[in-house]
Amino acid sequence: MGKRDVQEVNAGSMADIAFLLLIFFLVTTTMDTDSGLSRMLPPPVPDDQEAPPPIKDRNVFEVLINAQNRLLVENEPLELRELRDAAKEFIQNPLDEEGLPEKEEKQIEYFGIYPVTKGVISLQNDRGTQYQMYLSVQNELAAAYNELRNELAQSKFGKKFDELEEDKQDAIRDIYPQKISEAEPKNIGGK
Amino acid sequence: MAKFRKKKGSGQQAINTASLPDIVFMLLFFFMVTTTMKEVALKVQLQQPEATELSKLEKKSLVTYIYVGVPQSQYQGTFGSEPRLQLNDQFATVDDIRNYIVQERESMRESDRSKMTVSIKADYDTPMGIITEVKQALRKAQALKISYSARQVSEVPM
Repeated sequence: MGKRDVQEVNAGSMADIAFLLLIFFLVTTTMDTDSGLSRMLPPPVPDDQEAPPPIKDRNVFEVLINAQNRLLVENEPLELRELRDAAKEFIQNPLDEEGLPEKEEKQIEYFGIYPVTKGVISLQNDRGTQYQMYLSVQNELAAAYNELRNELAQSKFGKKFDELEEDKQDAIRDIYPQKISEAEPKNIGGK
Repeated sequence: MAKFRKKKGSGQQAINTASLPDIVFMLLFFFMVTTTMKEVALKVQLQQPEATELSKLEKKSLVTYIYVGVPQSQYQGTFGSEPRLQLNDQFATVDDIRNYIVQERESMRESDRSKMTVSIKADYDTPMGIITEVKQALRKAQALKISYSARQVSEVPM
């Protein structure tokens, strides 16, 4: 018997096959990561729990959204674009006004004793409110907090809030805690 | 006198393509590793709302999705044109959320269960009624970390 050469497999079409697979994965791949507004829901309230002590009126920033997507902020109609500044003024209370929230002196790392606001933002919406409107309001409130944190970070550390170390971020979070409370839903405005 | 030599074979030289499969394979592996198949087929119309102050959801394995919206036109005959929930691949009611969350939580590693996030993907035009119901159901199911899924824009339409 003569020696037979081992025949090489023709690999010329390998590239084509690989290309085919490549294109398949290129088409099916979704690179986008999901992004959203993160929120914590309050834990469920047991039925027998006593009602929490009432919060002083001056410490509550009341935001209502009705079924026509109109805002009522502190009993005054307000445009969405004005909400951010109104919320910022409420949280910061720069002039220590009577009608705006009280402050509590707290010991905070890096800052020493610092007056921390007791203000709470209360958000209430109607069953008929459009989701986009609700999210826009949430967004504006989050933006108010973010701007305040950034301003403080900039003036104290000369950096943006996001670029700070973890413990410095915590300190600023202690000064401007994000307190947005959502009331139990009510069915106002018909439908 | 200088002589000009004529090159042999006047055609262009072929580039050696022997390494082409290697390059393509490298790309292929990259995409195979990074790819995530779309897990569910959407059965509701979903046009996400817009917002500016978003944070990215890291770690897909920790995220559970709830879709809310009007059923797509081919399902409207069966399910009507009111906003509905979609969990995994099927339409559901608010009462199903509890079981769904428990099930998803079971399938996670124990150490990850506390970090579970529920992403609510709702259409921008959904009335808040159903979303509030979803939120109440999530509270009861102890899934408190939620995220309102939205598209990043530079400015919110006012």
